[in-house]
Amino acid sequence: MSIVVRNVSKRFGIFQALDDVSLDVEGGALTALLGPSGSGKSTLLRIIAGLEWPDAGEIQLAGEDATALSTQQRGVGFVFQHYAAFKHMSVRENIAFGLKVRKRPKEEIRSRVNDLLALVQLQGFGDRYPAQLSGGQRQRMALARALAPEPRVLLLDEPFGALDARVRAELRGWLRRLHDETHTTTVFVTHDQEEAMDVADEVVVMNRGRVEQVAPPRELYDAPANEFVMSFVGRANRIGNTWVRPHDLEVVLEPNGSTREAQVERVVHLGFEVRAELVRDDGEQLAVQLTRDQAAALELARGQIVYVRPTRETVF
Amino acid sequence: MNVRRFLLRFTALGYLLLVLLGPLAMVFVRAFDQGAGALWRTLSDPNTVHAFELTTVIAGITVPLNTVFGVVCALAIVRRRFPGAGLVNALVDLPLAISPVVVGLSLFLLYGRTGWFGPWFERHGTQILFALPSMVIATIFVSLPFVAREVVPTLREIGDEQEQAARTLGASGWQTFWRITLPSIRWAVVYGVVLTTARCLGEYGAVAVVSGNLEGKTQTATLRVQDAYENFNQAGAYGVALVLAAMSVVVLVAMTLVKPREESV
Amino acid sequence: MGLGAAIVVSLLNAVFGTITAWVLVRDEFRGQSIVNAVIDLPFALPTIVAGLTLLALYGPRSPVGIDVSLTRKAILLALLFVTLPFVVRTVQPVLLALDLEAEEAARALGAGEFRVFRSIVLPNILPGILSGVALAFARAVGEIGALVLIAGNRPFKTEVASVFVFLHIQGGDQAGASAVAVVMLAISFALLLLIGGLRFLATRHERA
Repeated sequence: MSIVVRNVSKRFGIFQALDDVSLDVEGGALTALLGPSGSGKSTLLRIIAGLEWPDAGEIQLAGEDATALSTQQRGVGFVFQHYAAFKHMSVRENIAFGLKVRKRPKEEIRSRVNDLLALVQLQGFGDRYPAQLSGGQRQRMALARALAPEPRVLLLDEPFGALDARVRAELRGWLRRLHDETHTTTVFVTHDQEEAMDVADEVVVMNRGRVEQVAPPRELYDAPANEFVMSFVGRANRIGNTWVRPHDLEVVLEPNGSTREAQVERVVHLGFEVRAELVRDDGEQLAVQLTRDQAAALELARGQIVYVRPTRETVF
Repeated sequence: MNVRRFLLRFTALGYLLLVLLGPLAMVFVRAFDQGAGALWRTLSDPNTVHAFELTTVIAGITVPLNTVFGVVCALAIVRRRFPGAGLVNALVDLPLAISPVVVGLSLFLLYGRTGWFGPWFERHGTQILFALPSMVIATIFVSLPFVAREVVPTLREIGDEQEQAARTLGASGWQTFWRITLPSIRWAVVYGVVLTTARCLGEYGAVAVVSGNLEGKTQTATLRVQDAYENFNQAGAYGVALVLAAMSVVVLVAMTLVKPREESV
Repeated sequence: MGLGAAIVVSLLNAVFGTITAWVLVRDEFRGQSIVNAVIDLPFALPTIVAGLTLLALYGPRSPVGIDVSLTRKAILLALLFVTLPFVVRTVQPVLLALDLEAEEAARALGAGEFRVFRSIVLPNILPGILSGVALAFARAVGEIGALVLIAGNRPFKTEVASVFVFLHIQGGDQAGASAVAVVMLAISFALLLLIGGLRFLATRHERA
């Protein structure tokens, strides 16, 4: 089911959370809303779900105006950052909730809950209470709960934000596979660019209540629309008016005409990747990213004099 | 460090013993002063029995009404952002700040022979003052805040994310309340009900003003204590007081049982 | 009328209530949970019974040889009894929520125990103490049940506002009762405002 956002604005007191935002999400797509905190990404998601009301603008779901519909009527699945688990209900009761309020037959509910428990790999945990689950398990339960009524759209608000790094990575892959199987239109909010690039087909970059760019992950990185996207997605050096990615700087030991002299300030070894901070002769600070082999060949060390040259630059 | 700690502990416990526990223990001693037989005669006196019945009836009407009101009020204060929510919040505390005697007086002025509503009710043959209705109204007023005051912080603490989740799952407002909100606040409600009950059973001032204190008619248990004491019937006073004190011990136990659960949610 | 007693009672409550809350939160001893439960006794016990109990222990036939009935001390005692939980119950949750690390940080910076209490603990619990005191004061001004047996009969009938109103209504003097009741109402509203203001003050650091 497609989602269309038309000229939506929202203000909290003096804070402009959304400023005339428009967005098209195709049916069946997996989309990330990416931005720093306060960029309006969560507010936009909550407005799509009907949990907040826009001050102006329109929301269409499956081509129909849904602006005036209540959350209950919109048929969206929503996953909250802090799980919003029903603490007084078992895992099974949590997942069954959306079906029970729809008065589905008992037998149907039971089999659907069993299927979902298997889908989120929580078989055997059905009779536990949320307090007895780990964070990752709770979030899987919340996902199963949101999926139970077969929503037309799945919305996730920083779903992995409260989890530790390893569990995050695991759930990320899992969400991707789930989407590949069900093709439910999915929109998730994240402030983690790696998460957005890893999982989504399409990334919406937001900043200060506006949409900065909508593009597939690769295009976002290779062809950022403006300076904000350039600096927010991936690391970048700003030299005067031009931008250079740390891996687009060539480092050599002998000057060759187009290079400039720089001194090594710091070298950090991160396994395969080696990061170095250089200070150019004009005082410009540069972050450089090399492979382990490149760094070894240069025998890169603090205080060393090297010569750098950008191989690829972007000017806005 | 240790000396100071023991000093503080000793001070606190000594103070409690002096002001709280010592006097309470004496009620039990005095009630049995003249033996269990005398105690039983006092308690089986028809007027005493009637006093306890009246107290129970008043509590039976007041507690359910104030429970519903308290929960609705707490929801209004915490969940609905409307102008004047702060005012409602302050008004709920009003009965805690106003003397029961003043409450009684205002009922007196409203429903008395020369009051605003008094003559109207009199013409329609309904006795408000010196009868059950005014005693119930007085008790409702003084025990009004307890449920709301317990539920408000709990509602704040659980937040509204679970309720939002229920709505995204297709639950109506009514379904959300019964299936999500109420189970989450149930212990706070129970705790508030216990406090309300205690206040209903123990109310003296407001009821004393409006009831007329007629033995066997409009005399509640607490009024009976006063009546007996002032008529030099010490056994009677301490006997009724003993039952009331025993009830409050039950209330205390109930409060202790309920409270830790509420905190662990 | 009775305001003097209410003020004394409020001050005593501020001190002993805070100490009691402290002992309940920071100290550990056997039977602590029972003591904690007993604090609520004045909420659970009918106040007329409270008055009677005080007469039993500190009255004419006192087993400990202290007879304060028919003196002002009796009024003080009765008011102390019924107002005991207020400060304890408003300070206790604040103490519980207090960040122990802030106190440890202060100690690490060289602050002595008194300094830690004055600079770290007290500013945090002060709004709690004050709103507890305000509630206790309101209760002390309006209390009738606990006083009626002690002071209701003659000698101190003009000493306490609530008793004055009570006796004048029963005596049929509604005008006189109303005059005093209006003053009491004004005090009640002022206290409510104060408590509301304190609540605002207590949360000021949490508001953005």
